[in-house]
Amino acid sequence: MYLESVEQLIKIAKENGQTLGRMALILEAKDREVPEEHLLNIMRERLQVMRAAVTEGLQGNRSVGGLVGGQALKYQAWYNSGKSLASGVFGKAITYALAVSEANASMGLIVAAPTAGSAGVIPGVLLSIMEEYEIPEEKVIEGLYAAGAVGLVIAFKASLSGAQGGCQAECGSAAAMAAVAATELLGGSPEQAAHAGAIALKGMLGLVCDPVAGLVEVPCVKRNVSAAVQALAAVDLALAGITSAIPLDEVIGAMGEIGRELPISLKETAQGGLAATPTGKALAQKIFGRKEEKNGENN
Amino acid sequence: MDLLDIIGPVMIGPSSSHTAGAVRLGRVGRLVLGEEPRKAKIFLHGSFKETYRGHGTDRAIIAGLLGFDTSDPRIRESLKIAKERGLNYEFLLIDLPEAHPNTAYMELWGETSIARVTGSSIGGGAVLITDINGYPVNISAKYPTIIVPHNDQPGAVAKVTSVLAWHGINIARMSVARQKKGAEALMVIETDQPVDDETFKEIKRLPGITGGFTIPPL
Repeated sequence: MYLESVEQLIKIAKENGQTLGRMALILEAKDREVPEEHLLNIMRERLQVMRAAVTEGLQGNRSVGGLVGGQALKYQAWYNSGKSLASGVFGKAITYALAVSEANASMGLIVAAPTAGSAGVIPGVLLSIMEEYEIPEEKVIEGLYAAGAVGLVIAFKASLSGAQGGCQAECGSAAAMAAVAATELLGGSPEQAAHAGAIALKGMLGLVCDPVAGLVEVPCVKRNVSAAVQALAAVDLALAGITSAIPLDEVIGAMGEIGRELPISLKETAQGGLAATPTGKALAQKIFGRKEEKNGENN
Repeated sequence: MDLLDIIGPVMIGPSSSHTAGAVRLGRVGRLVLGEEPRKAKIFLHGSFKETYRGHGTDRAIIAGLLGFDTSDPRIRESLKIAKERGLNYEFLLIDLPEAHPNTAYMELWGETSIARVTGSSIGGGAVLITDINGYPVNISAKYPTIIVPHNDQPGAVAKVTSVLAWHGINIARMSVARQKKGAEALMVIETDQPVDDETFKEIKRLPGITGGFTIPPL
């Protein structure tokens, strides 16, 4: 499906009396000349992978680089103790976002949404709302189409890649995509959903991609939490009737522009920001200082 | 960009470019070799060289050489599985001038053949194969692709394309590369429809055609 703007999707959805998610699904099915049921099934499988990734992340496996692992488990225990500051959906979203990101870092099976590095945000937001509000699965699947449609617009107007746009393009995009989908799941209008997406992305603008040792571990895992919480706060604001002064399409445009202006050292090259701190550099040295690996004869 | 690539793909983490793309590079290597690899020397360049252990790029490329898909959980254990299956591998570091930061050059040995493949992981899990057995190529592995070595003489390309046309197979992109005039050359054809085994056999039987293999969309 080709989509130029979120505004365009809102217009078509309203003309057809559909949610953004359902409309995106209908348009995608028409474009691919396949039944909607077929696309629902594909996305149902991906939703299942997201759930399984939460379970896997809660096993507490160490990451490949060894910098993360076990944090989701630790937070879940805190959340379950009843003492956590974040309760309900917020606490669950933190747990799930951590879990999926840690599963990713330990070579678990994930859905890149929109990327592997930001894979925890959408499951964190949507699965927690799904459980706490008992949202039917089909609605959540449609929500993933709403999120995907927003991602398409971002890919068209800006970028979804940390190497091109910094972390705002990955976790920021994921937050906007999750916020739009979640607002609809909770009964918000297409306009409210777009406001939520705009508010979420505004909160992530300018965020750089500065991974320690170039790995999808530090700060990526915790930035997934930041983005998930940002998205939930934006959803709540939008549902309260608060609007974004700048429309989502323009926020996306600004994100693309900021991404282009970010120096290369802050776009996934591990040369600036946290990667260039004394501790960041020491961790990189520790990870990559190891000996060459081989299993066979060198002949 | 495709909506199902935005909420997707389903893949083994942690990185679409350093893990999923690397699996695809290995798979192309296996397809070019056309048999079970017994020995592999893998030269890593750029960001691959700097970060391959932390991203599991080594396990990913080996997994691809073993024929695993990007979502196969066995990617994690691929180094061990390689040992069990008798694949001896070695990772070496290299500087390739002007290559994409995520580039690997693979030298592969099977029971009966040898293959050399260079490819880059260009983002989001997508790959670009730039060299096969010394021939410069440009293969995305997004379309069904046939690769046909042939004698560099008039009519060789026309014979192949007319077989494809006869079977209703449309050519999306095609290129011809050669090392020197009149020697062996390489035809790379990306098609909209898959080239079935029978059609491909027919192509390989054509005069002047000296072999060939296919790469399905990965």
